[in-house]
Amino acid sequence: MNKAILIAKKVKSGELKAADIIKEYLERIKEKDEKINAFLEVFTDSALKKAAEIDLKIKQGKPVGKLAGVPVAIKDNMLYKNHKMSCASKILEHYVSPYSATVVEKLLNEDAVIIGRTNMDEFAMGSSTENSSFKNTKNPLNENYVPGGSSGGSAAAVAADMALISLGSDTGGSIRQPAAFCGVYGLKPTYGSVSRYGLAAFASSLDQIGCFTNNPEDMELVFSVISGHDKRDSTSSRLRQTKKEFDIKTVKIGIPKEHFMDGLKPEIKKEFLSTVQTLKNLGANIINISLPNARYALPAYYIISSSEASANLGRYDGMRYGLNSKNADSLASSYKLTRGEGFGPEVKRRIMLGTYSLSAGYYDAYYIKAQKIRTLIKKDFKKAFKEVDIILTPTTPTNAFKFGEKSKDPISMYLSDIFTIPANLAGVCAVSAPSKNTDENGLSAGMQFISNHFNENALFPLMGLLNND
Amino acid sequence: MEITKKDIEHIAELAKLELTDKEKEIYGSQLKDILVWMKELNKADISKTEPASCSLGAENVLRDDIVEKFPDTAALLNNVPEKEFDFIKVEKVID
Repeated sequence: MNKAILIAKKVKSGELKAADIIKEYLERIKEKDEKINAFLEVFTDSALKKAAEIDLKIKQGKPVGKLAGVPVAIKDNMLYKNHKMSCASKILEHYVSPYSATVVEKLLNEDAVIIGRTNMDEFAMGSSTENSSFKNTKNPLNENYVPGGSSGGSAAAVAADMALISLGSDTGGSIRQPAAFCGVYGLKPTYGSVSRYGLAAFASSLDQIGCFTNNPEDMELVFSVISGHDKRDSTSSRLRQTKKEFDIKTVKIGIPKEHFMDGLKPEIKKEFLSTVQTLKNLGANIINISLPNARYALPAYYIISSSEASANLGRYDGMRYGLNSKNADSLASSYKLTRGEGFGPEVKRRIMLGTYSLSAGYYDAYYIKAQKIRTLIKKDFKKAFKEVDIILTPTTPTNAFKFGEKSKDPISMYLSDIFTIPANLAGVCAVSAPSKNTDENGLSAGMQFISNHFNENALFPLMGLLNND
Repeated sequence: MEITKKDIEHIAELAKLELTDKEKEIYGSQLKDILVWMKELNKADISKTEPASCSLGAENVLRDDIVEKFPDTAALLNNVPEKEFDFIKVEKVID
C-alpha cells in the first residue's frame, strides 16, 4: 500500500501530480465504496480544486506542506468550512459547517486534500457503526462483518485504500477498536494534545481526535501535524512531548494480568503472546503488572460519558440549526418533538442514562461514584508507569462481529470496548497496531500499546520496529 | 432496582425527549439492565477516594474578555431552520 509520507515527497519533488493522486483515489472510491459504504459524502469538487492549487504552487516554485497531495478522509463529526457535517444523525442531516475545526485547518495548511466525510455511529455512540442514521459500513477484510466503531467509516476508508490517512475521534475506543477490526493502525493521542475545537462534542472530558494510517511512519507524521496547543480549546495542553532516545533494550513493557479474562478469544490471546515473544526477542524487558481497578472502567465510563453527552447534546433544540419538528404547537413541544424525531435509539438511550445519573437523588450514587472510579484508574496507571514505559494489551477481546449480532443487547456491544476505555479515563495515549495474522474469516485483531501522558514519541519507534520485524 | 413508567417519563421530561409508549417500555427495561450492571461499581473501595472530573490536571485558562466578531454571519444564519430577516423564528414563548 502507498505511504502518505512517500506520496507527499513525490508530489513535492514534482515526480507526481497532486491532481493525479486525487483522481486515482476518487476513482477507487467510486469503484469500491458502493459496497463498503465508508463515506457519507465525497468532496470531489473541493478535493480537485485543492489538488490543482498544490500543483500550481509547485509549478511556481512555492513551498508546499508536509502532506502535499495526500488524500485524507475525516470523520463526520469534524467541521470543514462550507461542507456538510451530520454526525451521522438526522438531527444534523443538512448542517453546513460555518468554520473549520483546528485539525482540519492544520491538515489543509500542510496541503493535505480532504477527500470526504466518513460514516460513524450517530454522535460517536457505538462500537460497530450500525448506529449511523444513514447506512451500514462494511469491514473491507470481510464484508459480512462490521468495521467496528464509532469511527468505522474512517477505519474502512484507510483499510480499503480509499484514503491514505483518516481522522477519527476516540472517547472510549472509537479509533483503536475499528483499527483493530479493519487491520490498520489507530492512534488515540494523550488527552489535550490535539485540539477539539470544531469537533462535535460527545463526552468532553474523554473525547480526543486521532488518526488511522496503514503504517507507523504516517501515524507519526499526522500526529506531528494535528497536535499542539490551541487557545480555542480550553482543555488543550501547553505541555510538550517528552523527548527520549528510543532503545528497545532499555524499554520496559508491562503486561497487566487482569487482561487474561474469560471473554478473551483464544486466537487473540495467542497473537498477543506471540507479540510479547517478539518484543522479548528484540530485547525489551517484559514485566508483569497489575491494573486492579480496570474492571470497573467500563460501567464507570458509561455513566461519565452518558452524563456528559446528556449535557452536550442539550444544544440540539432545533432553533439555531439542525432539524426542527414541523409537528409542534408550543415551544416546549418543539424541543421535545425535534429531539424525539431527530435522535436515533442509542443516542436517546444514552441521554436517558446520563440524565438519570445526574438527576436529583441519583447524582452521588452514580455520577460521583463513577468519578471516584476514574481517580482509582488514574492512580493505577500512575503506579504502573513508575515501573514500565509501555503497557501492552489486546485492543479488543474478540475480532469483528457480524451485522446485527450485538445490536439488540446494549451491554454486550459495550463490552467490545473493555480494553480501550481505561486509557480514556486516565487520559493517556494509546495505539492499536494490526496483528500479523488474520483469523479463519480473514479478520484482523489489534494489539494495544499504551504509554504515559505526552509520551507518544515512545510509541512510534516501537510500532516501526515491530512493523519491520 | 425498579424503574417505573413514571420514572421514565420524568427522565424524558428532564431530557426534553418525546418518547413513544414503545420507546418508554424498551428504554425502561434496558435502563434497568444497565443500572443493575452498574452495581458492579459497589465492589470498589472508594471510601477515601476523591472524584476526578477530568483525566489530566484541570487548570483555569484565562484570557482578556474581548469580543471577537465571527467572520461569516451568513454561514451561521444559513443553518437556521426558520427565520425572518436575520431573526430566528421560534414557537410562541408567552401565551
